[in-house]
Amino acid sequence: MDYSQFLAMKQEIALLAIFLIVFLYDTFMPKKVLTGLSGITTILFAAFTLAGFGLMCGHTESAFAGMYVTSPVIATIKNILNVGVLIVLIQSASWNNSETQSTRRGEFYELLLVTLFGMYLMISARHFLLFVIGLECASLPLAAMVAFDKHKYESHEAAVKYMLTAVFSSAIFMMGLSYVYLLTGSLYFDTIASSVGCLDAQPLLIVALAFVIAGVGFKLSLVPFHLWTADVYQGAPTAVTSYLSVISKGSAAFAFMVILAHCFGSVYSAVWEWMLYGLIILTITVGNLFALRQNNMKRFLAFSSISQAGYIMLGIIGNNAMGMASLMFYILVYIFSNLAAFGVIQAIENKTGKLDMSDYRNLYKSNPHLAFVMMLAMFSLAGIPPFAGFFSKFFIFTGALSGTTSVALYVLVLIALINTIISLYYYLMVVKSMFLSTEDPIIETFRSSCADRIGMWICTAGVIALGLVSYFYNSILTLCQNSGLLNAIV
Amino acid sequence: MNPIIPLLILCLPLLGFLVLGLLGHKMSHKAAGWYGVLSMGTTMVLAYITAATYFFSNDAAFITEAGNRLQHIIFNQDWLQFTDSLIIRLGFLLDPISALLIVVITTISFCVHLYSLGYMEGEKGFQRYYAFLQLFSFSMLGLVVATNIFQMYIFWELVGASSYLLIGFYYTRPSAVSASKKAFIVTRFADLGFLIGILILSYVTGTFDFTDFTSVQDGSSYAVALNTPMGILARFQGATFMGCSLLTWALVLIFMGGMGKSAMLPLHIWLPDAMEGPTPVSALIHAATMVVAGVYLVARLFPLYLMEEAALMFITVVGAITAFYAAVVACTQIDIKRVLAFSTISQIAFMMVSLGVARPEFHESLGYMASMFHLFTHAMFKALLFLGAGALIHAVHSNDYTAMGGLRKYMPITHITFLIGCLAIAGIPPFSGFFSKDEILSACYQQSWIWGAWMSMVAGLTAFYMFRLYYLIFWWDEPDYGHHKPHDGPWVMSLPLVFLAAVSCVAGFIPFGTLVSWNGVPYHIHIDWMGVALPSIIIAVAAIALATVMYRKKNSLPEKFAKASCGLWTAAHNRFYWDEIYLFITHKIIFNGICRPIAWFDRHIIDGSMNGLAWLAQRLSITIRPLQSGSVQAYVYIYLFGALLLGAITTACVLL
Repeated sequence: MDYSQFLAMKQEIALLAIFLIVFLYDTFMPKKVLTGLSGITTILFAAFTLAGFGLMCGHTESAFAGMYVTSPVIATIKNILNVGVLIVLIQSASWNNSETQSTRRGEFYELLLVTLFGMYLMISARHFLLFVIGLECASLPLAAMVAFDKHKYESHEAAVKYMLTAVFSSAIFMMGLSYVYLLTGSLYFDTIASSVGCLDAQPLLIVALAFVIAGVGFKLSLVPFHLWTADVYQGAPTAVTSYLSVISKGSAAFAFMVILAHCFGSVYSAVWEWMLYGLIILTITVGNLFALRQNNMKRFLAFSSISQAGYIMLGIIGNNAMGMASLMFYILVYIFSNLAAFGVIQAIENKTGKLDMSDYRNLYKSNPHLAFVMMLAMFSLAGIPPFAGFFSKFFIFTGALSGTTSVALYVLVLIALINTIISLYYYLMVVKSMFLSTEDPIIETFRSSCADRIGMWICTAGVIALGLVSYFYNSILTLCQNSGLLNAIV
Repeated sequence: MNPIIPLLILCLPLLGFLVLGLLGHKMSHKAAGWYGVLSMGTTMVLAYITAATYFFSNDAAFITEAGNRLQHIIFNQDWLQFTDSLIIRLGFLLDPISALLIVVITTISFCVHLYSLGYMEGEKGFQRYYAFLQLFSFSMLGLVVATNIFQMYIFWELVGASSYLLIGFYYTRPSAVSASKKAFIVTRFADLGFLIGILILSYVTGTFDFTDFTSVQDGSSYAVALNTPMGILARFQGATFMGCSLLTWALVLIFMGGMGKSAMLPLHIWLPDAMEGPTPVSALIHAATMVVAGVYLVARLFPLYLMEEAALMFITVVGAITAFYAAVVACTQIDIKRVLAFSTISQIAFMMVSLGVARPEFHESLGYMASMFHLFTHAMFKALLFLGAGALIHAVHSNDYTAMGGLRKYMPITHITFLIGCLAIAGIPPFSGFFSKDEILSACYQQSWIWGAWMSMVAGLTAFYMFRLYYLIFWWDEPDYGHHKPHDGPWVMSLPLVFLAAVSCVAGFIPFGTLVSWNGVPYHIHIDWMGVALPSIIIAVAAIALATVMYRKKNSLPEKFAKASCGLWTAAHNRFYWDEIYLFITHKIIFNGICRPIAWFDRHIIDGSMNGLAWLAQRLSITIRPLQSGSVQAYVYIYLFGALLLGAITTACVLL
């Protein structure tokens, strides 16, 4: 075996190194210095993230007989996820240093890093075995993380629901895989792609695809595979919820695109374009309809994130390089916008324990800065210009329609646009209750912790800068278009 | 050229706006004011360096060996990519007129920043004022260095917005609020035309870039490029709308935006009201920089306008009527700032006419050079006059000349500098206005003696109303000033006056033709003493003499004239009832005839469908609620059936 292949996995190995440092520190260092763990992890991860951007121009490399692949585009999506994880780490610092959490501080970081490693594998895997390892690695530790609030009933309930659904979805996914294996005789993406190219759209292939889509759709919480989302988001500790909603979703979306475009690219217009078509409409609409009537902020954001996942899928359905660029940009923007909202929620929860939208009334009076960040986040999620969310939506619509003359896709974008109007209602409900309420504020004036503020500053800067500065999208687009859809991910 | 300096020219004012806007309330007045002055001062130095490099460095990027000036793009960053060809870029274009304009803008802006230290002292919202000044300077600089028409439009709107903020600076005063709204709405309305013009132009040509419209061909002259020399015209060929070619429509609509910003008839009504803003703001925005944006726009697209004589004719006619109208009205106003406002309208119209009559066949488009020359000299002496008026208002606390008189004894610096400004605008040699106005008149006479005679008459009126104002302020009859005798302002206010007066004395001797010409080929100015210059001096002197007779000492002559004019004086004093006409049209016709049906449609149809959508969404939301039952068994069942159904439906659709 050629051990130099491991060099292709620079990002994974660096991540594992961080994991080991954190693990060893947590296990062997005296109790007194353990409070420094969150700082150390964050700094290490920040350095890792920065270093990752140095690898952006990395080459296309493959290892382990083509099971593992990396390319500039893949390095970029990993970097984007790193940025999100970094913000999550910063935002979770004050929660991790709280009294109840301090005994389990180390576990949180270790599990989080392991799941991120799994997501890396999902993105880079070009063999379904490796993919499944990544998928499980990214799913199972999350169940433990969801159950972190040991003394809270909802946390346990959420963990159990997550666990059961995850196991079930894995089963469905594997079933789909076994059909694929049956049809093609291989688990390599390349071989599958070439075999599927020779096949007609036969029932077995369609069922196999449906099961594969259902399996990954669980991680993305596409309707109707989304039902766990709201309960889990609500029950899990907020830091875990924010991690679940952006990082887990972002990585799954990219991996999903790789599978569909790479393995099943030849049956795009025959089969999975229409499957996605239906799923997108369902996901956006049902997510919106549920979000309309929520009062708990985390539950509200759960449904909002379901609907956002539908928009992310629009980047896949175009099956072109621009769609891929817009999907990556959407994930990046979504990371900043959603984490801004979760940052505020977490800051308020840590200080007051309040989580309901009605508790946020007149927040502007007592905590103007928090209200302002929340407003930016809501504007960005709703897609109001000039904030980043507007441009990410704009580009993802452009990506879906680029190079197509299909009327159906125009109809799809129209439906997505109508849903944007509906979503405006519930996003602005939050803003309304924060700014336009006449009653006295419930939440008292407080000063959030330094880490919380840093996190919110980063998110605010991101939401504004990504909207106004064209560099980010342009560089992603250039990267994707230069290599083309398939070359970028192969 | 290194892009750092041009980038700093744009970034420093923007940074100043952000710093003063976000942190200003924590600074003291003094710190905020001096920060603004220093920031603008640095910008000014950088702009001078840039312009000097452009004009005098003999770099091959800027000038050919034969001495022809070139357009040079310093940087051009993609900002928003719609399609592969339709890209909005943000950049920095350096050519004779943009180099000229950045000098004018930063100079005037610096003077105003310095002056405001004294003028605005102790005002509430001092830091906000400086933040807005910085924002305005940033937008204006961004506008003139735009590399494409869309960037220009973005900054054009920013300029409008910052002008709105500054006019409404005293937002507790209802008149200031309504003036700012008026300015914003009128110019916004004009910008609608501008936008449509841009859309037509870019739709047909598929580009936004100025260099595609007007670029150097064979290193000798600006010509319309875009693949072939007459590429643009070719693209427009055959496309007509209502009897005019599409290009004419595009150019006239684009000019409409210029009419709004430059206050040409009939969109001039906002400028006199805009005098509600602080006086230094009037000097900066409503005399020297923003209002000439329209002239700049036409000059920027001049090669394009040349292809469509009808559009140039339109500009000439609008300019000529406006110039005369504004000059007449200026003769009858009481508020000294309004006199200056109408004078500004009239002078900008001069520049427009000059552009309108310019043709390559007449002395290499002398009118183009003359217009830019006048833009430069006018900016200096009009800012001087406004700042002088500010010093007067500061001293007597009133805008009306009725509260002034005999001030020459009390305010010697203001008096002398104001007099220099008046002499310059009246066109008396050797002050700067004489030279630029002389070139404009020459250009008019070359086109047709009608335009020449008409503009000479307006020039005479200019001399008359300026000296009327001068005598009424500094001579005439001295009112009772009480205990507090008026006096000159502090040095921060006097220094800009002296500086601008000095510039107004010498600016006429700048060999302008060698710096700015329509195609970059140097043009040597020569004054036609017998044909144009001498008659116009005689007219100006006669007008000044008339003003001296009527207004030097208090007498009843002006009243007699007003009475004898059969209502003309009253009509002019009421600005020929333009505002009333607008009120009638908007309130009676537009509000009743158009807005009411639209409001009905909005309330019933639009809101109705939205309410319907909301109702539907709510109903559906309640209907599907049982899905989210909370029972994990149900979740898994739905999951399984969802997956099966997905497969089944697709199979059915694909195979059947």
